Amino acid sequence: MIGPVMIGPSSSHTAGACRLGLVAHHLLGEAPRTARIGLHASFAKTGRGHGTHLALVAGLLGFLPDDPRLPGAFAEAEKAGLKVEFHDVDLGDVHPNTAQIDLKGDTQSVMVIGSSTGGGIIRVGSVQGFKVDFDASQPTLLLRYVDTIGVIARVATTLAADGANIAALTCAREKRGGDALLAIELDQPLSEPALNFVRAWAGMAWTRMLPKLMDG
Amino acid sequence: MLTLTDLMNAPAPASGWVLAQDCEETGLDPADIRAEMARRIGEMRDSIERGLSSDAKSITGMVGWNAKGLWDAPDALNAPLIRRVQAYAMAVNEENARMGRIVAAPTAGSAGTIPGALLGVADHLGIPDERLVDPMILAAGVGKAISKRMFISGAAGGCQAEIGSSAAMAAAAVTELLGGSPRACIHAASLALMNTIGLVCDPVGGYVEVPCVSRNAFFAVHAVSAAQLALAQLESFIPPDEVVGAMAQVGRMMPAQLRETAEGGLAQTPTGLAVTACMEGRQPDEGGGMIELPMA
Ligand code: SF4
Repeated sequence: MIGPVMIGPSSSHTAGACRLGLVAHHLLGEAPRTARIGLHASFAKTGRGHGTHLALVAGLLGFLPDDPRLPGAFAEAEKAGLKVEFHDVDLGDVHPNTAQIDLKGDTQSVMVIGSSTGGGIIRVGSVQGFKVDFDASQPTLLLRYVDTIGVIARVATTLAADGANIAALTCAREKRGGDALLAIELDQPLSEPALNFVRAWAGMAWTRMLPKLMDG
Repeated sequence: MLTLTDLMNAPAPASGWVLAQDCEETGLDPADIRAEMARRIGEMRDSIERGLSSDAKSITGMVGWNAKGLWDAPDALNAPLIRRVQAYAMAVNEENARMGRIVAAPTAGSAGTIPGALLGVADHLGIPDERLVDPMILAAGVGKAISKRMFISGAAGGCQAEIGSSAAMAAAAVTELLGGSPRACIHAASLALMNTIGLVCDPVGGYVEVPCVSRNAFFAVHAVSAAQLALAQLESFIPPDEVVGAMAQVGRMMPAQLRETAEGGLAQTPTGLAVTACMEGRQPDEGGGMIELPMA
């Protein structure tokens, strides 16, 4: 509530937008090349004046909300070889400050829908087309895999063995036996060896350890 | 769930209770939480100093010289506290409008209110920054209690949610700084809040500049007024949490045009529309040529 320390002018349009960009940045896991960003309602209408576009791009480049390079994010994107395109979208009955980010690198791509709910706080509502609900105030483990019996139990056991305590967990799947996405908020990030262990499982299509993006 | 009633009934000082809750929730050490808050107060100070000495224009050119202008002007009312509080508040918000570094409190648009009121009062009375840490922790607790009931953003609840919350937080902080009981602190917050209900968010062109910069000056003084009443044992007739509920209800009733979309109020005045057109690189609907911003 006192914070974040940030570059102005708007916590929901600038700091929150930067964090939404950061979510996509971390989930892509490689240098971003092209970004298509859809802006909904208030983000579309008043975004420009609040530096929303700059902040989203700054986030995609991995800059934090208090990074002095934020106001120059477009030039930084050009330097980094990232092409960005904005458009207006109607995402239906979601928070007025919501963005849909399609981010591509050389080999990976990620789709994120998230809202900036005020004071720099965000809520991620969709990853790779799956419904999720987390705020990145904790390290969040994301796993996409072919839905089979026992996966969640195996993940939980691995986390426990690694000493990573589960704070919240959401699971969404396309259909029985289809693709599923598990989002697990943790008290501390999963260790690299444990992450590699999970990565190697049969049916595990995509794994990401999203770091904590809020500083209170 | 943390409520204003909990805070009001907490043992003195109210900030101690907020700190204990914070430690329990985050597992952090109280010393670390305090140190981080001291760092943020330092950031607030920096933004005040930068703002008071700069008259560089904002993104649109609508603001940028107000804080310095007031600070350098003679004190016409012979009211140094008011002048200081207003100048500090605008200094932070003009820094914000220039895409400078500020501390959101609770948002960036309302970032000047708390430093304006709390640092302004402290400097006026010669109180050192170390003593602001606990009142600032209480401010955060009040903000948190309000945010449990409603989203704190102009887009969700109108300006009452942003500036109203910041004024309530500031009022509680100033009251604690000056030795007020938890009850007095929370009644100060409640008085500030109930006198902000209904305030719409209608920023010109969608930029956090007009009315936002002057609004922070006004509501920083508003917070100090609330503290003054509460320190004299005056109370909010409607209980604090009911006031929060009323504000949340008014926020839900507020049409979208008055919630940060720049589709109503000041944003839709002829001058507001001309600024918008100018910033979008369009010709204004009436009159030829790019307009001169009236206040530039
Ligand atoms: S008018 Fe809107 S943008 Fe300006 S301070 Fe109030 S809530 Fe924030």
